[in-house]
Amino acid sequence: MADIAFLLLIFWLVTTTIDSDEGVKRQLPPPVPPDMEQQEVKDGDVYNVRTNFRDELLVEKEVLSIGELKDGAKDFLIATGTGLLHPERPNVTLGDDNMKYPERQWVRKVDLMALEQSYIAAGQPKAAERVREKLTAIELFGSDYKELPGSALISLQTDRSTSYDLYLQVQNELEAAVNELRDELSLAKFNESYASLEERYGRTKEQSLLDKIVAIRLVYPQRISEAEPRDASQGYY
Amino acid sequence: MGKFKKKKRETGAISTASLPDIVFMLLFFFMVATVLRTEEEMVRVVRPEASEIYKIEKKHLIRYINIGPPQDKRYGTEPVIQLNDQFADVAQIRDWVENERLTLAEAEQTKMWVSMKVDQDTKMGVVTDVKQELRKASALKVLYSASSRERTN
Repeated sequence: MADIAFLLLIFWLVTTTIDSDEGVKRQLPPPVPPDMEQQEVKDGDVYNVRTNFRDELLVEKEVLSIGELKDGAKDFLIATGTGLLHPERPNVTLGDDNMKYPERQWVRKVDLMALEQSYIAAGQPKAAERVREKLTAIELFGSDYKELPGSALISLQTDRSTSYDLYLQVQNELEAAVNELRDELSLAKFNESYASLEERYGRTKEQSLLDKIVAIRLVYPQRISEAEPRDASQGYY
Repeated sequence: MGKFKKKKRETGAISTASLPDIVFMLLFFFMVATVLRTEEEMVRVVRPEASEIYKIEKKHLIRYINIGPPQDKRYGTEPVIQLNDQFADVAQIRDWVENERLTLAEAEQTKMWVSMKVDQDTKMGVVTDVKQELRKASALKVLYSASSRERTN
């Protein structure tokens, strides 16, 4: 009897493959309407990452290896200091092109209070809600902070002949950069890693946890934009 | 002073009568715990590794797109797209998304995930085309299937 049961068990173990549904999560941008106008962005506000057919990386006009990408992206995201953990940094220059990082702007409690009142008076509850999120963040951090300008983003352009592996590694490193910064801030301010905050919020749906998550996301937003695919004939090398 | 002789008590062999029960229990445990692969893989996929892994809890919301060289060499070695149980063309993806969406309950149709299982040596051209089609079909939640590894320093 035991032999038969063992046989069955081993047969089952050998024949089943456990499907693991895990991977890197991404939200694709909605399709671009044909009449959308090009937005002007300041040169320093975009962190350009390009990959070519030889699986090489061109980051801000410099050739980097995949291992260096994360630190580069972190520098870009910290930019001129967050006002919380990273002390004010002067505009850093990099390479010969004098690449400047985006200027982080102070978010101050006094300004926000006035702004909130003006939005409420103007009958814009959604805008007022967004201001209130920032006020909550300031309360949780215990001080004013500096935010990235709205136009700051990481732009990723992939050649059609890049390997999928490299593409995923780039996506992964960029996400790792944001996650590490978030963890660092979260540990310093809330004594808990950002990943653990998210995991606990997923289980309990506690508002206080969500407030902390939103606060950290306000300081380090995840802005990875993938460029619209272009033909190499348009010459983007 | 060896006056005291150690008494050796005879112990019988452990009964194995309950062994089948235990093994059956193990068997049933594995049967319940494993999720059977619902579709046959017709393309060869070696998943890349990544450290920032997200795991989808609600498996019934996931639909799969496999991209890789065909298992059967007669179909060539160039990467192909597999939807459900057959090879497909990029142009078919929009219809496929619509159909798959209808298989979900109405309230969950917007929550559909598309899991892209792409072989790591595939060129991005195919993948980009598929992504563009997914955007047009408004299937915007995408998971790039990967196996987990440690974060690099």
